[in-house]
Amino acid sequence: MKEGRPLLRASGVHKSFGEVQALRGADLAVQPGEILAIMGPSGSGKSTLLHCLAGILVPEKGEVWLEDTKLNDLSEEARTKLRREQYGFVFQFGQLVPELTALENIALSLLLAGQKRSEAFAASEPWFDQLDIRGLENRRAGEISGGQAQRVALARALVLKPKVLFADEPTGSLDTLAGEKVMELLTKATKDQQTTVVLVTHDARVAAYADREVIVRDGVVTNVEGRTK
Amino acid sequence: MTAAFAFLGLLHKGPSYGYDLKKAYDAVFGSEKPLAFGQVYATLGRLLRDKKIDAEGKEQLGGPERKRYAITDLGRQELQLWLGKPEAAHPGAQAALFVKVATAILIDESPEAFLDIQRAAHLQRMRELTKLRREGDLAQTLRADYALFHLEADLRWIDTTEARIKELTQEIQGERG
Repeated sequence: MKEGRPLLRASGVHKSFGEVQALRGADLAVQPGEILAIMGPSGSGKSTLLHCLAGILVPEKGEVWLEDTKLNDLSEEARTKLRREQYGFVFQFGQLVPELTALENIALSLLLAGQKRSEAFAASEPWFDQLDIRGLENRRAGEISGGQAQRVALARALVLKPKVLFADEPTGSLDTLAGEKVMELLTKATKDQQTTVVLVTHDARVAAYADREVIVRDGVVTNVEGRTK
Repeated sequence: MTAAFAFLGLLHKGPSYGYDLKKAYDAVFGSEKPLAFGQVYATLGRLLRDKKIDAEGKEQLGGPERKRYAITDLGRQELQLWLGKPEAAHPGAQAALFVKVATAILIDESPEAFLDIQRAAHLQRMRELTKLRREGDLAQTLRADYALFHLEADLRWIDTTEARIKELTQEIQGERG
């Protein structure tokens, strides 16, 4: 990936939970359009780093920037607005509203952003072909498989065309083939609409879909490329 | 090949005799497959020929001739280069990976740095195979899957080894006294 002006940047980020120092000076730059995998052992701070980049957590020290916006300086309300308008999220499980159909779940992001119901549903429609879930429009979360639910969640995250998609172990609860299908579709959809992806995973097969990877160890990011002699 | 680098690692902290090197090698690297004496001296001979080690002191009072081996600057350079270079993925790679980890510990280098380099090389190969699978037919996909699962097994070994570095360091340093 060509080094240019990063879209997303963390600099000297520290974050603690009580006595536990989850991040101890984490630095990271994410280029526009790239898919970056954040790897590392359990408890290394990789999910905390994702939450800081996403503006869900505010670091005690250090800075997080999305282009020219410093997230640390934003109010809780402004960060929520930024997350809703510029970011998409996919987690391991439990993201769909069980009472809603697949179509309603995807349209939900647009409805929350203030779009009219008819427009939100029309904009959600093409995602059923794009993510290979056609025929599931009226099924509720409990009536579809885990892999299909992840694709619905992915559509819901991407329907607003976010600048950045944050994915935390997006295939963690899926078997190999279902996980591959999700990753193939995630890669294609985000490259098509030039969405930057920050992907937390411990799974090398998932990380292999990324353009590059960094390792988080003891709350610090290791730039592996820099180590190659 | 890896035995030569293991010897350089063992000599990194100070000169040693062939017999002692064999004992140290077996303790650190070869608990399941000790080195034969013939292989020890053949390896030392090649290292001498390539000027990666020197031999000194031939006489020992009342006993047979003994040579004391010491690593040269060239040997140290070669050792560092080898540690910084990832292993190509192949079925026998695990043995070489272990020798590198143990050697890094012996010479007080960071085994994590080597494991990161190796992880990056494996992931790069996995990226190539993932792309190949996307573009190929089913037979190609299945072949790529086979290679991917083997690389994944190596990576799991790398992750587990990293989690055990502290324990392994204590064990190796204990073996070396």
